[in-house]
Amino acid sequence: MENIKKLISEVVPSAVIEEKEPLTVTVGNKDFRLLAETLRKNDVLSFDYLNQLIGIDKDEKLGVVYQLSSSEQPGQTIVLHTYADNRENPELCSVSDLWDSACINEREAYDFFGIRFIGNPDMRRLFLRNDWKGFPLRKDYVNENEMSVESHEMSDISTHFSVVNDKVEEKEENVFENDEYVVNIGPQHPATHGVLHYRVALDGEIVKKVDLNCGYIHRGIEKLSESLAYPQILHFTDRLDYLSAHINRHALCMCIEKAGEIEVPERAEYIRVIMDELTRIASHLLGWSCMCMDMGALTAFIYGMRDREKILDIFEENCGGRLITNYNVIGGVMQDVHQNFRKQVKEYVNYQRKKLKEYHAIYTGNVIARGRMDGVGVLTKEKAISFGITGPSGRASGFHCDVRKIAPYSIYQKVKFNEVMRTEGDTFARYIVRLEEIEESLNIIEQLVESFPDGEYRSKTKPIIKLPEGEYFERVEAARGEFGVYLASDGNKTPYRLHFRSPSMALVSVMDTITRGEKIADFIAIGGSLDYVVPDIDR
Amino acid sequence: MNSVISYFSSFFKGLKSLLVGMKVTIKEFFTPKVTEMYPENRHTTLHVSDRFRGELVMIHNENNEHSCTACGLCQMNCPNGTINIESEIIETEDGKKKKVLKNYFYDLGQCTFCNVCVMNCPQKAIEFRNTFENAVFRREILVKKLNHEGSKLKEKKIIETKQTNQQ
Amino acid sequence: MFDFQIVTSWFDNLLRGCMPEFWVLFIEFVVIGIALLTAYALIALALIYGERKICAFFQCRLGPNRVGWKGLLQPFADMFKILLKEIISINHIDKVLFYIAPFVVIIASFLSFGAIPFGKGMQVLDFNIGIFYVLAVSSLGIIGILLAGWASNNKFSMIGAMRSGAQLVSYELSASVALLTVVVLAGTMQLSEIVEMQQDGWFIFKGHIPMIIAFISYLISGHAETNRGPFDLPEAESELTAGYHTEYSGIQFGFFYLSEYLNMFIIASIATTMFLGGWMPLHISGLDAFNQVMDYIPSVVWFLGKTALLVFFSLWVRWTFPRLRIDQLLHLEWKYILPINMINLIVMTIIVVYGWHF
Repeated sequence: MENIKKLISEVVPSAVIEEKEPLTVTVGNKDFRLLAETLRKNDVLSFDYLNQLIGIDKDEKLGVVYQLSSSEQPGQTIVLHTYADNRENPELCSVSDLWDSACINEREAYDFFGIRFIGNPDMRRLFLRNDWKGFPLRKDYVNENEMSVESHEMSDISTHFSVVNDKVEEKEENVFENDEYVVNIGPQHPATHGVLHYRVALDGEIVKKVDLNCGYIHRGIEKLSESLAYPQILHFTDRLDYLSAHINRHALCMCIEKAGEIEVPERAEYIRVIMDELTRIASHLLGWSCMCMDMGALTAFIYGMRDREKILDIFEENCGGRLITNYNVIGGVMQDVHQNFRKQVKEYVNYQRKKLKEYHAIYTGNVIARGRMDGVGVLTKEKAISFGITGPSGRASGFHCDVRKIAPYSIYQKVKFNEVMRTEGDTFARYIVRLEEIEESLNIIEQLVESFPDGEYRSKTKPIIKLPEGEYFERVEAARGEFGVYLASDGNKTPYRLHFRSPSMALVSVMDTITRGEKIADFIAIGGSLDYVVPDIDR
Repeated sequence: MNSVISYFSSFFKGLKSLLVGMKVTIKEFFTPKVTEMYPENRHTTLHVSDRFRGELVMIHNENNEHSCTACGLCQMNCPNGTINIESEIIETEDGKKKKVLKNYFYDLGQCTFCNVCVMNCPQKAIEFRNTFENAVFRREILVKKLNHEGSKLKEKKIIETKQTNQQ
Repeated sequence: MFDFQIVTSWFDNLLRGCMPEFWVLFIEFVVIGIALLTAYALIALALIYGERKICAFFQCRLGPNRVGWKGLLQPFADMFKILLKEIISINHIDKVLFYIAPFVVIIASFLSFGAIPFGKGMQVLDFNIGIFYVLAVSSLGIIGILLAGWASNNKFSMIGAMRSGAQLVSYELSASVALLTVVVLAGTMQLSEIVEMQQDGWFIFKGHIPMIIAFISYLISGHAETNRGPFDLPEAESELTAGYHTEYSGIQFGFFYLSEYLNMFIIASIATTMFLGGWMPLHISGLDAFNQVMDYIPSVVWFLGKTALLVFFSLWVRWTFPRLRIDQLLHLEWKYILPINMINLIVMTIIVVYGWHF
C-alpha cells in the first residue's frame, strides 16, 4: 500500500490522500482519468477489479466514489472520490474502457444523479423511464412526475458523449438495426427468474446481441433508506436478494456495528454464520433447481425445492420467517436459537449429503445435460474480473473472490473450508461450483454447530442509533457474489447515503458478452447458470 | 479406428448416464411423497413455528386488560406506517390527567413483519402470533383494531402488590 | 378369444335386412365416427390423468387429488375449463391459417387413430398398406404446427414452428425405417395381418437383436415426433414460452393439447402393434395351459395394457431428462439413430433372406 501511495502522489500530486482504512484518495475531475488509468495499468499492483461505483451528492457537489481492489491482493481496497464542476451539467470521465463493470454502474449513477460520463458508449437511463424528470437521488430533488399507467414505447436510441476539440458532443446510435430479428425475453418470461427484460437479436437460433432493460420492479430502496432510522432500514436488505436475505442483512448490520462501535456477542456471531451458510445452501439449491428447470428437467427442479424446504423449516422455527427471515439486528440476532436448532441442523446436514449424490446422478452425469453445459458460455478470468463477476460464477472462471477467504469477516477465520475454484468458466463450471459449495457450506455448519458457545445473543444498544460522521464500507460473500454496503453518515440517525453493491447486476451485465454466438437455448441455460435475482438488480 | 471406438464408447456412456438418471426417478416414484395435505392437516401434522410472524396482536389478560400505555414508540418505529394509535386524555379518580389508549389500528396489508415494533415496546404489550390464515376479500378488513372492545390498561400497582404478596 | 367382428357383422346384417345399402353405410359410418370420437376423447382424458399423476409421483408429489376420488374427475374439470375459456382474438394474424391450424393437427392424429387395431376385429381402417397409411397421415400434423407458428405473427411461435419442422422431418425418417424393418420380417404392410403373424411369438422376440434395436429406435424417434421432452423443443416452455401454440387460447389450445396426448398414445399403440404383438396375448410355445389362460384375457385389455406400459415408459423418460438443444437433436438423429437404423434394416433383410429368424 505504501508503494501505491507513492505512485499516486507521483502521478497526481494534487490528490488528497487520507490515511484510513480503506485508503481514500480525493482527486479533481481533470486528473481523475489519469489516476484511474495509472491504478488500472501499473507495474506495482494493477487494480483490475472495480468493487463499487457510487454516485453521491455531497456538500452541494455531485460526485462519484470508486472502490477498487486488485485480483492479486483482493483483501485490500482503495477508494477514490471525484466531483463534477457544477450541478447543472455535471460531467465526469468514464472509466468503462478500463473496467467493464463501470459501464452499467455509470448508467445507474447517471440515472439517479444526472452525472454524464464522457466516453461511456451507452448513456441511457438504467432503471427509470426515459421521460422521467429529474434525478431522484439528488438531495434537492422534488418529484414532479405524475403517476402514469400507460405503456411507453421503449427507446431504441443510446446516447454517447465524447469530447471533440474540448467540447462535449452528443452522438446518438441505434441499439438494433432496422432489419434485425429482435425477440423480447421478458419482462414476463419463464426463464428470466423475475421481471427482467432482455431484447435479443437473433440470427436463426444464434444470439447476435443482447440489450438489457432493468427497472421494472425498482423500489428505490437506497432513496427510501435516507429517510429512515438504522433499525428500520434493516428490513429492506432482506428484500434485495431475497434468496440470500440473511447474508445481506448481516452485511448491513456489520457495517452499522463497525461504524457505531457496537460489540457483537460471540454466540450471535456463531448463529449468524450458521444462518448465513444455511441461506447459501438454500440459495444454491434454488439456483440449481431453476437451472435444471430452465434446461427442461422439471423433476430435478422439484427435488431441489423439496430439500430447500427443510432449510426454510429451520428458518421458520428460529427466525419466525421463511424467506424474509428478519433475524439479524444491530448488535446480534433477534431471538436466541430454538431449543431444537442443533438437532434440526445436524439432521439436515446428513440428509442433504445424501441428496447431493442424487443430484449428481440425475443431472451432473446426464449426457444431455453435459452436452448442454460443457464449453457453453465461456467467461474468461480477465472478463470476469473486469465485469466484477464474483461468487460462484466468478470462481468458476478462476477469479479468487470469496470474501470469506480474502477478507474474512465474523468468525470465518475460525472455520476450515475450501474455496471451490474452477478455471473453465463455462456453464458446467458454474453449475458444479454451486453444488460443491453446498458441500463446503455443510462442512462449515457441521464445524460450528458442534462448538456453539453459550452467552448473550444480542448486546444492548441505544434506543436511537447515531453513527459518527464518515464513510463506511463493508462486504460479505452473499450467495451470488460479493455484496457490498457503502454507508455515508452525517452524524444523524438516518444515513446520508446508502448504496448496495448487488452481485446480480454484474451478472446480468455480462450476459451480452458471453451469450453472443451461442444458441437461444443456451442463452437461457447461461442465464440459469449465472443465477441472478432480479430484485437485487432493481434495488 | 479410434474415432469408431470413441463413437461407440460415447454412445454407450451416454446411454448409461441416462439409465442412471432413470433409476433415480423410478426410485423416487415409489418413495413416500412429501406433499402436505393442507386444509386437512390443519389440526394434525401441520406445524407452524411459535415464532412465526403471522399477525400482530395486543396481549390481553383474562380481565380484558392490556398493558399498552399509548406511548407511540411502535408507531414511530414502524418503517411503513402500519400502526396508527389513537389516544385520549382522561382524568383519573385522583384528579390527574392521563393519556390512555383509545384505538390501536394495525394495517396487516402494509406490514412487513420486521418485528421492530415488538422489539421497541417498553411494556411488552404487543406480540406476533403464528396465525397465518389472514386472507380476506377486501383490503379494508385488513386494518384491524388490536385493543379489544372495552379493554383497559392493566393497573401496574396491582401487579406490584401481587409480586410483593408472593414474596 | 372373442372376435369383435361378430358384433359388427350382426349389426351390418340387421341393418341390411330393413333398408337399402346407401342408408346402411350411412348409419354405419355415423356410428363408427361417434364411437371413435368417444374413444378418442376418453383416451385423451385417461392420458391427461395418467400423465399428471405419474409425473407427480416421479416428483415426490401426490398430483391431483381433490376433484373426485383420488382426483379422478380432474381431467373432466380440466376439459370443462378449457371449453369454457374465452377464445382471444388476436390482431395482425393470418386469420384463416390461424384458425385452420388446430384442426389440421387434430385431424392428422384422428386419421391415424382410425387405423389402430384395438382388439380382435376392432379396427376401422384396415388397408393392405396400413403402415404406409399411418406414416403418411401422422406426418400431416406437422403442417398444422407450421401453420400455427407462421400464422400467429409471433416470433416465439415462428422459432418453435421452424424447430418442429426440422425435428419432425428428421425423425420421421428413422421412424419409418424402423417400421420397415418389421415390414421386411412380416412381408406385409397390412396391420391386421401383422398382428395375426405374431400369434406364436411377438416380433420383438422373433426378430433377434435387429428387432430390439428397431424397437428402441422407433420408441426414441416416435417420442421425438410427439414433441415431448426431452424433445419438446418446439414448445420449450422455458425458452419460447409455449412455442407454436403461444397465441392460442381456449379450445384451440385444447386441440393442440389433445392431439399431443393422442399422438403419444398412437405412437405407443403402433409400437405395440408392430413389435409387441398388438392385441395378441402372450403365448409361449409348449406351455399350452398358460396360453389357454392368457387367451381368456380380452384382446382389448392386452392391447391397452401393452400400450399403457409404453406410455408409462415414455412419461418416465419425459420427466427425467433435460431438453436437448436443436443441434444436438439433429446430431442424435443424423449421426446415431438413422445410420444405426439403416444398418439394422440391411441386417434384418439378410436374416430374412437366409431364414435365420424364429
